Amino acid sequence: MKKSKTQEALEELGNDLVKNVLAGKPPVMNVPVRALSNVSYNKKSETLELGDKTSERNFFNVAHAKKFLQTLEVAAKSKELLTLGKHASLRDVFYMVKRTIPNTKTNIVDEQSESDNAIEDLEALSGFSREQLNINANKMGSVAGHVVIEDKGDEIDWAKMGSGGWSVPSNVEEITFKKVRAKYVIYMEKAAVWERLHEDKFWDKQNCIIMSSQGQTTRGIRRLLQRLSQEHDLPIYVLADFDPWGFYIYSVLKFGSINLAHMSGSMTLNTARFLGITADDIENYGLKKMLITFKDVDQTRLKQLQNYEWFQNNKAWQRQFKLMATMKAKAEIQALSSRGISFITEKYLPEKIKKGEFLQ
Amino acid sequence: MSTAEKMASKQRDISVAEFFERNRHLLGFDNKRKALLTVVKEAVDNALDACEEAKILPDISVQIVDMENDRYRVTIEDNGPGIVKKQIPNIFAKLLYGSKFHTMKQARGQQGIGISAAVLYAQLTTGRPARIWSKIKETEPAHYYELHIDTQKNQPEIVKDEESNWKKKTGVKIELDIDASYQKGDQSVDSYLKQTAIANPHATFVYTNPKAEQFVFARVSDKLPKEPTAIKPHPYGVELGIMLKMLKNTESRTLQSFLTGEFSRVGPQTAKEICDAAGLFTNMKPDELQLPHVEKLLDGIKKTKIIAPSTDCISPIGEELLEKGLRKEIPAEFYVAVSRSPDVYRGIPFVVEVALAYGGEQPSDQTIRILRFANRVPLLYQSGSCASNKSIVQTNWKPYGLSQSQSSVPVGPLTVVISLVSVWPPFTSEAKEAIAHYPEIIKEMKLALQDAGRKLGAYVNKKRKVADQQERLSIFENYMPEVAAALADLSGMSKDKILESMRKMLEKNKEYVQAHKEAHKVEKVEKKSKEEQIGLAGFDNEEE
Repeated sequence: MKKSKTQEALEELGNDLVKNVLAGKPPVMNVPVRALSNVSYNKKSETLELGDKTSERNFFNVAHAKKFLQTLEVAAKSKELLTLGKHASLRDVFYMVKRTIPNTKTNIVDEQSESDNAIEDLEALSGFSREQLNINANKMGSVAGHVVIEDKGDEIDWAKMGSGGWSVPSNVEEITFKKVRAKYVIYMEKAAVWERLHEDKFWDKQNCIIMSSQGQTTRGIRRLLQRLSQEHDLPIYVLADFDPWGFYIYSVLKFGSINLAHMSGSMTLNTARFLGITADDIENYGLKKMLITFKDVDQTRLKQLQNYEWFQNNKAWQRQFKLMATMKAKAEIQALSSRGISFITEKYLPEKIKKGEFLQ
Repeated sequence: MSTAEKMASKQRDISVAEFFERNRHLLGFDNKRKALLTVVKEAVDNALDACEEAKILPDISVQIVDMENDRYRVTIEDNGPGIVKKQIPNIFAKLLYGSKFHTMKQARGQQGIGISAAVLYAQLTTGRPARIWSKIKETEPAHYYELHIDTQKNQPEIVKDEESNWKKKTGVKIELDIDASYQKGDQSVDSYLKQTAIANPHATFVYTNPKAEQFVFARVSDKLPKEPTAIKPHPYGVELGIMLKMLKNTESRTLQSFLTGEFSRVGPQTAKEICDAAGLFTNMKPDELQLPHVEKLLDGIKKTKIIAPSTDCISPIGEELLEKGLRKEIPAEFYVAVSRSPDVYRGIPFVVEVALAYGGEQPSDQTIRILRFANRVPLLYQSGSCASNKSIVQTNWKPYGLSQSQSSVPVGPLTVVISLVSVWPPFTSEAKEAIAHYPEIIKEMKLALQDAGRKLGAYVNKKRKVADQQERLSIFENYMPEVAAALADLSGMSKDKILESMRKMLEKNKEYVQAHKEAHKVEKVEKKSKEEQIGLAGFDNEEE
């Protein structure tokens, strides 16, 4: 069997370390630093980029020894997966790596967060995403619309997936779009809102694609949105809560996140548009009574958002931040239900899209 | 009959027996378990005092036989000088008879109440007389007495008086049958004798407990403690009542000669100063002083600067011997002892000594063990109200490698010996169980604990460093096979070859580990300064 590029990269990582060891030099990995201090905002590409700072991980350093071993273990497991042509979940990898080191009371990993971290380090180190390393996250998120795709030889029609929609896998690299009939895509923060839109057949009536994941946007969703935007030139609308966390979901989609800055290229969505809920919506749709008072953390988070380099010169966004700061309150998407259960699908969304009321 | 007359008909002498019955807790006979300890303690204290006064290295045997139904026969035997025949009944069968109460001299016993209280306890609980053997010369036969106490008159009642052919050079043996109960533990006779052995490294004890187990606590020093000398009271330590009594009993003719003759550290000049400060004439007759005069006199003493009493009247254990004593009874890995120089409370000299035994088999998850002594006698009860406990709680033990929550006894594998010697240790009660909270005493205790603690801290930190170094090397040794296996998987090379090469690296350069760590530190500092130069304006502090 021909070796893939990923396999070759992992082998090279191993060979370099072994070369050092056999030459009597300490085995050292230089892992790109994945922290705010090594992330910068590229104004041209409008994405967060990882800097070239690396931190040395030397096995013969007590502070590094365990992390060194964890990263190496994960690399070895990934190579095994690639050789066998199998995929494992993050949880699987955790159990594949977890064991007690002989003669000690130490486990190689104690919690999944440790192996997850080692996997992200390996991504940054090798330049390949974890999906390319045959490691998948749990699927989370649903999609519906007039789209037909092919996944592993199966033809799937997103219009005929029943009440649950098609669940988006964590790796969407291998699917191909057979037929796409939609004018735009709406991505929403809340699964409950997606269900409302789905039940009202919003995607059929408005000829669009609706997509959601619960909470943080998963990699699979981000990559799928990017492909729909790039390959089919569809505008992407984001529907999120009127609070700093909702705004941040948009920020991550559009510019990338600090933690995954090393993957920015294949994830960011420069054309993403923020549809709502905006401060103006609160006014225009009479949601004032539905406001929830700020807590201290909300206040702090809002200040951080205001100071992000990528928002600093954006007048429209700064206006939103200021309005929110004066209101000292937030509102959920579901606040629209106070106007009627299908107010969102019958009035709010069609009107907003028709008028082109969105932030960018 | 008038009320007063009625009352008078009820007023009479209180018999010592009645007094004892009501106040037995003051004398250490609160319960059966404590009674056993008190009986042994009083006899052993007397034996040690007698041996030391006669300059004999003490050999003391203690035997407790279980006679069933909570009855025990306690026998204590010493090799001291013995007691002359005439004195035996008074010493053992008359309460408040003694030689030590009236002198200012360091001794275990004080009031002359202990051993006769034990005899009375035996009499009240079992009705059996105390049996005493005494021998004062090798060539003469021993005397044997069986004694009761006449509880109405507080007088000895001789049941039997005969010669005995007790085979012993010299010494005293006492045998009492008492109601008691025997239990092991921190407050047991076993524990008391073990602790006594720590504070008296010049003595040998042979102990047979009710379970017929025999323990020998052998001496580690052939040097007797320096003999304490008797001193006169220091003016600063005398209170009104005592002053009145002294004035009444003195043979001096003038106040000045009374002051110079009956007190220590008072010469004619100081006596004059005291009288001047009190506004009294130096030639007043002592027995003519009235209460207001005496109050003025005490005031004058307070205002006058008098040098501290001489401290040769006390005989501390000494750092070397205290450490030796602790070493032989408490197995541990580190020992340290500290002996403070003498200080004074209320005009009474005292010395604080502290010794620590750290590590070994001692549990590290429990509060430390505290062994308290006053004049070399272990204090087993009332630890909570003792000055030594207070000083331990007020000391910060964290820098010395123990864990301690806010003002409580620290936790760790440690035994603390805290010993006070004084001509008059201030106890909180007659049972002599806890040392009173004099600020001077607590201060000295804390200074001694801190001094010893610093030495302990140095040891603990060094030990921790060595352990860290060891652990560091073992991390590499244990992780290496795992790393080699993963590298072999990745590169396809032989695991053994990689492992061998890594082992060589570790073996060749055990120091390398350390050296590299240092180098890495430097590198890190450089990197950091670069980071600062780049500047991070516009980003929040979120580190993901």
